[in-house]
Formats: sequence, structure tokens, C-alpha cells
Amino acid sequence: MKILVVEDEESLAQVISESLVIEGYSVEAADTFVSAMQKLLANDYDCILLDIMLPGGSGLDLLRELKSLGKSDNVIIISAKDSVDDRVTGLDLGADDYLPKPFHMAELTARVKSVIRRTAMPDSHLIVVGNVSLAPEGRTLSVNGQSLAVNRKEFDILAYLIANRNRLVNKASLAEHVWGDRIDQSDDFEFIYSQMKNLRKKLKDNGADLEIQAVYGIGYKLVQA
Amino acid sequence: MNLLNHTLKYLAFALLGIISVWAVIFYVNMLDEVYDSLDDGLDNYKMLIIEKAHADPATLRKTEFAEGNYEIREIDPGRAKHMKDVHKDTLMYMPYEQDMEPVRILTTSFHIDDKYYELKIISSMVEEDDLIEDLLYALIWLYVALVVSILVVNNLLLRKIWKPFYHLVGQLKSFRLGRNQQLNPAATNVKEFKVLNESVAALVQHALDTYNSQKQFIENASHELQTPVAISINRLELLVEKSGMTEADLETVGNVIQTLERLSRLNKSLLLLSKIENRQFEKAEPVSINSVVADLKEEFADFAAYKLVAVNVAGDASVDVIMQKDLTVIMISNLLKNAIVHNHTNGFVQLLLSENSLSIANSGANAPLDGQRIFQRFHKSAAGNSHTGLGLAIVKAIADLYGFKVTYAFDGRHIMHIDFRMQQDN
Repeated sequence: MKILVVEDEESLAQVISESLVIEGYSVEAADTFVSAMQKLLANDYDCILLDIMLPGGSGLDLLRELKSLGKSDNVIIISAKDSVDDRVTGLDLGADDYLPKPFHMAELTARVKSVIRRTAMPDSHLIVVGNVSLAPEGRTLSVNGQSLAVNRKEFDILAYLIANRNRLVNKASLAEHVWGDRIDQSDDFEFIYSQMKNLRKKLKDNGADLEIQAVYGIGYKLVQA
Repeated sequence: MNLLNHTLKYLAFALLGIISVWAVIFYVNMLDEVYDSLDDGLDNYKMLIIEKAHADPATLRKTEFAEGNYEIREIDPGRAKHMKDVHKDTLMYMPYEQDMEPVRILTTSFHIDDKYYELKIISSMVEEDDLIEDLLYALIWLYVALVVSILVVNNLLLRKIWKPFYHLVGQLKSFRLGRNQQLNPAATNVKEFKVLNESVAALVQHALDTYNSQKQFIENASHELQTPVAISINRLELLVEKSGMTEADLETVGNVIQTLERLSRLNKSLLLLSKIENRQFEKAEPVSINSVVADLKEEFADFAAYKLVAVNVAGDASVDVIMQKDLTVIMISNLLKNAIVHNHTNGFVQLLLSENSLSIANSGANAPLDGQRIFQRFHKSAAGNSHTGLGLAIVKAIADLYGFKVTYAFDGRHIMHIDFRMQQDN
């Protein structure tokens, strides 16, 4: 799986690349409008992370070019300009998703995986890890083929952790993803714990071979037992 | 005392001085002229009487004034030789006035043949005390008339002339930085007012420019800070994943991440605050406060449950406002979050929807907060470093943007009240 990161801020491009490489993707980076255009014309990518403000031009123009080539549906716009207009224009031009900067890497990973899953395997509606399978559209969960009832938040937590399996997921990132970013300053996210406890108990009671580990003081990590 | 009457005060003193000095000079000059004229008259009489005496010797026998205005007495030649014409004032009994009255008298001498005579001619004179009295009254009336007419002219004419000034002052009085106001000075042909208008306009423009560039600077600075902070957090996360750290190391890194998260939240709040103040949320739409409240109650349910705080919504009024949806949510969620955070175990939060208003009451510390200062930036009433101190400042900024009124009250419960009616003074 090949991913192109079009981002002019070098350190951010680096962090994104490193994080995606850990996920097993092969990552290329472009830091100007021209180099991005060259790479896009020469190669096919499974996912493109596109910054809007680039030296030499606008990411939206790149998007227009991609759209005319019929290749705009695996683009995630990453932009600090989180204005409504940019978002609407970007999505109108066929971009799949819009992620305002700054973002957590776990959030990016989840979005990238979602884009790749939809474009590479449009017929597969299930995410299967070990004996657990997740249906994102129906928001249902089953373990060993047995359906398991979870509430919306438990489902969101699990989906997010599964998207970032074997990776450390920061509490703040998890809270923001599941509860929304308005919950942000609430007592260091201790409240996550009760939902997490319920989810763990349900997984364990139903014999799921997934384990959610707490990483002391930082967050959680989902591993296959 | 306003400027008009202030000038009048000085003018009144000045006029008093000028008129007094003028009166003295006028009086002296007038009297001088009167004497001059009287003396000329007496000299003329003298000539006529001497001529008459030459023609009619009977005249020489008029030795008393009686009904006439002269007397003639014979004197010895030795004395007559040394006599000169003398004009002087003297007093004489006037039967009509039954009083001694001032008269002007000319004493002179002449000779007919070898005989020498002394001639005294009188002329009735101005009564100086009467003159002074008349003059004084006239001057008092003049003074009063002047002061009154100046007062009237000031108040009618000058008030009109000073209109551009008062117009400008009126506008400056209500001028506040950050409210997007423009000064509209009145058109004027008076040079001073023109200069004043131009100077004030330039000053205001400069202040606005500086203020706006400061605001822009804050926004840009917070914006620029976002990515480095986020990258630092990301790098630390990658570091934790890569290396086999001890638990103590993890705790340290975790603390650093938490601190950076706090910095990031603070920065985000600052950015939001400056965006609100820079009016970058323009698109207003009809928003139902009822549904925002319901959504937020749901959103904060886990958090409230964790804190063991019961949140309930009361009131069946339907509250609708026209404002930017995100800002509505931010405003109410900040208040709700505060109400949950600054609470105690088994406490409560009561949201009450009534006509055009929402109040959020919560249990908590048993003492009122400083209602003035809590809305200031970085005012922290409670301990706890995870709060940015900007939550209520943001609420206030949003309320100000739309002219809503947010107030705090304490009745055992801490009550935040939002009045969604547009306030007049904003």
C-alpha cells in the first residue's frame, strides 16, 4: 500500500511518515506543489494526504487535477485552514475526508485505514481482527460469530483502537474521537475509564482474543492476545 | 461648569474692570470738557459785562449777585495791578435748592478811566455727586445688559457653533475598541474643529489598526504554535512506542504529553477567542437552544456520571436564537463543563430553559464567586491546573458578539444566566 504525503512542513511530514511506516505502509513525501504534481502524475497511490497551502500553489488545484484524472476519491485533506469554505470545496472536488490540523496520529491512522478499506475493498464491510469482527456501517460487533451488544461509545472506542491496533493511543486522542473535542479539558480524561472497563469486561466475558492494555499515564494499546 | 459659562465668568470680571476704568476716564474727561466750556462762557460774559460797563456806568453799581450772575466792586489800583483772571469752584447758597450748591466763579479786574474794579461772574455748575450717581447707575445697567446679552449669545449662537465639538465628544463617549465602530464627525467649516476631527479620526484609526494587528498577531501566533506542539506530542508518542521504557520513564513522558496537551488546549482556546473577537464566525443561522442543550447533556453524560453529578434539564419554553451554531454549542458547553467540573460528589446541575433565556445552576463551593472577575481571561477561582482559565472569557466574548447578557448569581447554587435578547447598550 502506497501513501503520498503532500505537506510542506518538514517535521510534520516526518512524523506522519514515521507513524504510517510503522503501520506497514510505504510512504512518499512531497513538499512543494510541483513535486507533488510530478509524483501524482507518475504514480498511483492508495491514499493521498494533501495539505492545502503549499509552496508554489494550492492543494485544491492538485485536487482538481486528480479529479479530472478520476483519482480524487482517496484523498484526505490535512489543512490548518479549517475554514468551512475549504472543507466544502475540498469535499466537492471529491476528497474523501478532511482532517484539520493539528491532529493526533491515531486519528490520521484511523482515517487512512478507513479510506483505503473503502477504495481497495469496496465490497468488504467487515473489519476482522482475531476472532472479533466489526461492521462499521451497521455499528455491530461479533466475537466468534456471536453478536455482542455494545453501546455507541464502546463501539467507537473499539473501532478506534482496532484501527490503531498494536499502537499506543493517547487518552486525549481517544476522548476527542469518541466524545468529541468539547470534552477536552475535563480532568485528564479519567471518565474514559468506566466505559473502558465495561468494554474490557464484555470482550473478556465473550472470549474475544483482543486485549486493551493501559499504557501508564498516556493511554491505551490494543493487542491480539 | 461648561466651557461657555466658564468663558463668561472671566469675561464678566474683565468687563467689570474695563467698564470701571473706562468710567473714571470718561468722567474725568467729561468734567474737564464741562469746566472748559463753563470757563469759556464766563470769559465771554466778562467781555460783555466790561463792554456794558463802559457804555452804561449804572452797571458799576451792581455790587451784589442777587438776581444777576455778576457783581462789581471798586478796588484800589495797587491790588488790581496784581490780579489775574482766576476760575475756581465755590459754594453758594441757592434759595431754590435751599442748599449750598457748587458754582463756578471767575474773578477778574478791569478799569474804566482811572478807577479799578473787581468783577466776579458765576455760573451754576454740574452737581458732581448727582452726575456720579447717574453715571454709576447707567454703567451698572450697561454691565448687566452686556453680561446678559453675552450669556444669551453664548447659549444660542456658540452652542450652535460648538455643535461639531459636542457631536464628536458624544461619539467618543460611546466609542470602544473592538466593537467595529466608525466615527462620523459632523461636517464643519471651522478650522479648529476640522483639525480636531481629523486628529481624532487619525488617532482612532491608529488605535484600531494597532488593536487589529495585535488581535491578528495573537491569532497568527496561536495558529503557528499549533503544529509544533502537536508534532512534539506525536514524537513523544512515537518514542514511547519504539523503546522499551521503564514505568518511571513512561510516567515522565506521560506528564510531558499531558503538559503539552494542556498547552495545546490553551492555545486552541486563545485561537478561538481571537477568532471570535476578530469576528470570523459570520454565518448566523436559527439555532434551537433546546436541542443544543439536549445534545450536550448527552455528550457530557459519561463525564457527569464519572463525577457523580446529576444533570437535569427543566423548563418547556422553546428558545430559538439566530447565531453561529458552533459558537452556540461552545458557549453552552463551556458553561455546562464548568458546572460539572466545579461541583462536588453527588452534586447536581440544573439547566432551566425559560423564555429567551437559559440558566445553568450547580451545586459546588458554598461561597459566591467574584461575579465581575470570573469572566476575565486567565482568572482562576479554583485550584486545578487542567483548566485554561479561558472558558468563561470565551462565553463572554460570544455573548458580547451577539449582544447577549451573561450574568452570575449565587443563592446557595452557582447560577449562570444567559439572556438571549439583544441588549441595547451593545
